[in-house]
Amino acid sequence: MITDEIRHLARAYDVVISGGGPAGMAAAIGARSQGAEKILLIDREREAGGILWQCIHHGFGLHHFGEELTGPEYAQRYLEEVLENDIDVLTDTYVCDISPERQLKLMSGRHGIAVVDAKAVVLAMGARERTRGAIRIPGERPSGVLTAGLAQKFVNMMGYLPGRRVVILGSGDIGLIMARRLTLEGVEVKGVFEIMPHANGLNRNIVQCLHDYDIPLHLSTTVVDIHGRQRVEKVTVAPVDGALKPDLSRAWDIDCDTVLLSIGLIPENELSRKIDLRLDPVTSGPVVNSTMETSMNGVFACGNVVHIHDLVDFVSEESVLAGRNAGAYITGRRPPKDNIRLLPGDNVAYCVPHTLSSEREHIVYMRVRKPIEKCSVRFGEVLEKKLRYVFPAEMVNIKVKPQFLENFHGDALRVDVVQR
Amino acid sequence: MSEHHVSHYLCIGCPLGCRLEVEDDGTDIVEVRGWDCKRGERYGREEHTDPRRVVATTVKVRGALWARIPVKTSGSVPKAMVREIAKAVRNVEVEAPVRLGAAVLTDVLGTGVDIVATRDVERV
Ligand SMILES: Cc1cc2nc3c(=O)[nH]c(=O)nc-3n(C[C@H](O)[C@H](O)[C@H](O)COP(=O)(O)OP(=O)(O)OC[C@H]3O[C@@H](n4cnc5c(N)ncnc54)[C@H](O)[C@@H]3O)c2cc1C
Ligand code: SF4
Repeated sequence: MITDEIRHLARAYDVVISGGGPAGMAAAIGARSQGAEKILLIDREREAGGILWQCIHHGFGLHHFGEELTGPEYAQRYLEEVLENDIDVLTDTYVCDISPERQLKLMSGRHGIAVVDAKAVVLAMGARERTRGAIRIPGERPSGVLTAGLAQKFVNMMGYLPGRRVVILGSGDIGLIMARRLTLEGVEVKGVFEIMPHANGLNRNIVQCLHDYDIPLHLSTTVVDIHGRQRVEKVTVAPVDGALKPDLSRAWDIDCDTVLLSIGLIPENELSRKIDLRLDPVTSGPVVNSTMETSMNGVFACGNVVHIHDLVDFVSEESVLAGRNAGAYITGRRPPKDNIRLLPGDNVAYCVPHTLSSEREHIVYMRVRKPIEKCSVRFGEVLEKKLRYVFPAEMVNIKVKPQFLENFHGDALRVDVVQR
Repeated sequence: MSEHHVSHYLCIGCPLGCRLEVEDDGTDIVEVRGWDCKRGERYGREEHTDPRRVVATTVKVRGALWARIPVKTSGSVPKAMVREIAKAVRNVEVEAPVRLGAAVLTDVLGTGVDIVATRDVERV
């Protein structure tokens, strides 16, 4: 039994978690491990598990479970652990608002409009896909233009094919995975078009999703026009120059009835904005301290809602920590306050968490802006870690032990990733 | 004298993506070049001699919350058979409830590999 919806909703909980994906599930287990007793995990979908149910491919859990699982297998393992831990799971319920006193306003299929009080809250709402508006593709507005993740849900869960002849814009992993998925369902995938001179997805997906099926990948090329009145009839694509400007004199047309967009994810922070959390303009997720607490007391955050992760294993790792700290928060066992701010320096887009305490060990997650081989990650003068390579598509994570921070007496520590 | 032949592969072991060259003499591999670490050499050999894949797809399910249930091959299968296997699985239909690991098709196309469900689905 993996869908076990509660019938009785209590008025007050120790920890309430908004979002039941891998982040929310791990946070619930983390909170339980620290002695939180009444824990409520809420998801707006009909079952907890998040995006993982639709990611039917292999490639999850190598770090966490030491074996390669599909998305659904990873979700089910976690959900079973959640239920064994007697965590209340409330599905088909939307978290609409949170007051400064941590009262949550819910809209629920079974319970209607409801409020619950929480001693601590964990935000784990995941991310949403960038849409056509985000990159302003010109042309008509026919049906048949959709995001790759939505197409994934149509095909893998609802059993609909989005079209018969498909063009994919953007070489992110979701697009590559969908190129293979649709091919196996008998759909003709005409090609993947990437505006950058390099692919965004993993090499493994380039090989196993495109090369295996002879699907062409056009780098430095983009869609400049979408044609069709009712339904997509064709797209115009063109190569771009170094400044990403399309060269229309070399454009060509491709007949297709569907365009899938695989152009990235953005943290789902409607709720965070509504309650005025401090957000990081680079990640567009909440600013968090080393306990994953946001700018609002007792409100923690983890997973894709904080920053986009490429591997679910790191989502789980970060979220167990957030849950543990939420559990510790309600029992009053608060760790010492952070005393060091991290400043993203050369080739570092962002660091999470945003602050550290010199008295504890931390894992710092970061993303670089450009690839470098044979490089070093430097935390000011106190720590240098050599890496064989860094790539923007692959999150970097560095363990920072307290002994390195002991010798640091400032309040802002700059992080650089430089060539060795 | 047999012809030497060079095949090209992209190593998937890490983001460096080394371009591998595998040279064979018609029967045996003579040399694998272009790798930066041993993992790449091993991958080049495997991809050249016996490329295998795990296939993940879905089948129809009746009486469940969703119209499809995810499935995969219980082990890896020869790359050349992937499309055929996916096609064979398209005709399968099951009835909820289904348990994770349950075979929805056994010994698919004589490969000795089963098609198994990758999640539980309840009857609704
Ligand atoms: C298509 C795709 C392919 C991927 N492939 C891989 C892979 O091969 N290997 C790998 O390791 N990782 C992969 N990932 C990454 C990994 O799946 C994600 O990093 C992970 O799922 C993020 O977990 P999360 O819990 O933060 O978000 P999600 O899984 O998105 O879960 C968030 C949940 O919050 C709910 N929610 C949101 N707002 C509210 C609200 N207001 N009220 C109630 N509920 C709400 C949503 O319904 C959702 O269930 C992939 C991701 C995608 C999208
Ligand atoms: S050969 Fe080694 S270094 Fe090169 S891509 Fe493969 S795993 Fe990476």
